Amino acid sequence: MTVAPTEPATRPGQVRSRGPARLSGQGRLERRWGVLMALPAILGFVIFTIGPMIASFVFSLTDWTIGGSPSFVGLGNYRTLGGDELFWKSLSVTTYYTLGTVPLVLVIGFVVALLLNQKVRGLALWRTIYYLPTLVPAVASAVLWIWIFNPDFGLLNSLLREGGLPTSQWIYSERGAVPSLVIMSTWGFGNAMVIFLAGLQGVPRHLYEAVSIDGGGVWQRFRHVTLPMMTPTIFYNLVTGVIGTFQVFNQAYVMTQGGPNNATLFYIYYLWRTAFTESEMGYASALAWILFMVIMVITFFLFRNARRWVYYEMAGAR
Amino acid sequence: MSSVAGVSGARARRLRPGRLALYVVLVLGAAPTMLPFVWLIRSALMGDDQIFIAPPEWIPSPFEWANFTGALTAQPFLRYFLNTMLIELFAVTGTVLTCSVAAFSFARLRWRGRNVVFALLLSSVMLPYAVTLIPTFVMWRSLGALDTFLPLTVPAWFAGAGGGVFNVFLLRQFFLTIPFELDEAAYIDGASPWKVFAMIIMPLSKPALVVVTIFTFIGVWNDFLGPLLYLSDESKYTLALGLASFQSVYTAQWGYLMAASAAVIAPIIALFFVLQRYFIEGVTLTGIKS
Repeated sequence: MTVAPTEPATRPGQVRSRGPARLSGQGRLERRWGVLMALPAILGFVIFTIGPMIASFVFSLTDWTIGGSPSFVGLGNYRTLGGDELFWKSLSVTTYYTLGTVPLVLVIGFVVALLLNQKVRGLALWRTIYYLPTLVPAVASAVLWIWIFNPDFGLLNSLLREGGLPTSQWIYSERGAVPSLVIMSTWGFGNAMVIFLAGLQGVPRHLYEAVSIDGGGVWQRFRHVTLPMMTPTIFYNLVTGVIGTFQVFNQAYVMTQGGPNNATLFYIYYLWRTAFTESEMGYASALAWILFMVIMVITFFLFRNARRWVYYEMAGAR
Repeated sequence: MSSVAGVSGARARRLRPGRLALYVVLVLGAAPTMLPFVWLIRSALMGDDQIFIAPPEWIPSPFEWANFTGALTAQPFLRYFLNTMLIELFAVTGTVLTCSVAAFSFARLRWRGRNVVFALLLSSVMLPYAVTLIPTFVMWRSLGALDTFLPLTVPAWFAGAGGGVFNVFLLRQFFLTIPFELDEAAYIDGASPWKVFAMIIMPLSKPALVVVTIFTFIGVWNDFLGPLLYLSDESKYTLALGLASFQSVYTAQWGYLMAASAAVIAPIIALFFVLQRYFIEGVTLTGIKS
């Protein structure tokens, strides 16, 4: 890689400006080492992101089963998708799952973070207890929850039976399957919680004091300081949450195999099945690109909508 | 619900009933979080006859420790463990090394196009892994690397490739907080950027490096899709993959299954317990809120 010998002086947007005492050879040294040290990351980006992205798009325009030779079909795969019932099913199942999981995780994660932001005894222990489910490897948690959802001997139905409440078939019924997986995923709210905790620690104390001086109580402090100051964190968790839940795979693979009757045919699971059990690589690549676009569109709308409710410190913190 | 946000310590001690309510809520909230674990452990220690008693019993009698030896010898879990650790070794080393070198370049060395390149790299965090999944598989396949550990370790040496970009971001944020005068002084003494990186920045960045190490370690430990995609020979399985295949074979032997799950979960929880404060610190470090 060649580097041009001249570089414009520090622009205002740059990370930090240095003192005037710069040695003449220094700039060249920095350029050479800078590119060299970033090289693994740049190569990784080219080999494992950009290259595959382009390849994936090209694949999506072909009819290609692994082992065979690809034939160009243009937008044929995308046209087929439109009439593919399973594609629509997987899209709606995934959306349903996202709409169930993300709000629950956000609300519970936020409430618990508020609780753990207090001066409580044994804080480390509490944080660990609430974070623990997040650490459980996806497969182990799938195995565990199959057993919890077992209609005959599982934890949930045992508890419901003892409480004299109606039981459920959980993941084994078409209607119960996605809600069951929502419950299971909500169990892992720990990641959102930790990020909320970090956000809460960044809320300036003096703002609370200001509210107190004005005679505001607990609710006013929450409503007028905590909540607005936390909107960027809420937004971050919302975006990453949506992107994450749109890509669930493990539960469908280990627990339900997409069933019963495709009730848990999550998008990536359908893509996986198309690519690696039916080896329809071209069609699966088209599926991947549609998912990419769906996520882009959702993210775009979330960002556009964010302007209305996300509070940025720059706008007028003081 | 007592959402007493930001009550100062002195005030808190006076609000006795509020405090009590807080602890009650914390305990009640912990119950659904912990119950599946309790259920896991009690089932792991029960014989099959006791597991299926209704209403359920909570205390195993007798404690069926044989579930663990039975489960762990029914499949070569020791082998899976060693495979996992081997992948961990190469993946964690590669990620930490190449990510910190890149982060140093992006934070403290000036070169043309630096900010554009960094922004491009960061944008790949948004990309669904499904888009790169198939071509990456095809690439490894054409290189004859299927059923080897290469697809699970080599990308780590390119700054973690894909998901690893987050680590570059985190380390860069941390590096930016170190005073730039240190570099200046070293450069005046004739040090090279590599020397500044290795002798000044790295030693000062231990907390951030620990965080990246832990996150990467957990990521590899929990990875299921990667091994599922690339490993087919059972002798090469990782723990996650071994457990999944165990699950599909021993569906009826719940005691075994629970024991095996507990054995996969326990090390990662132990690790978290020891390094707990770094986790919280790590998330704070990333400065996500802006």
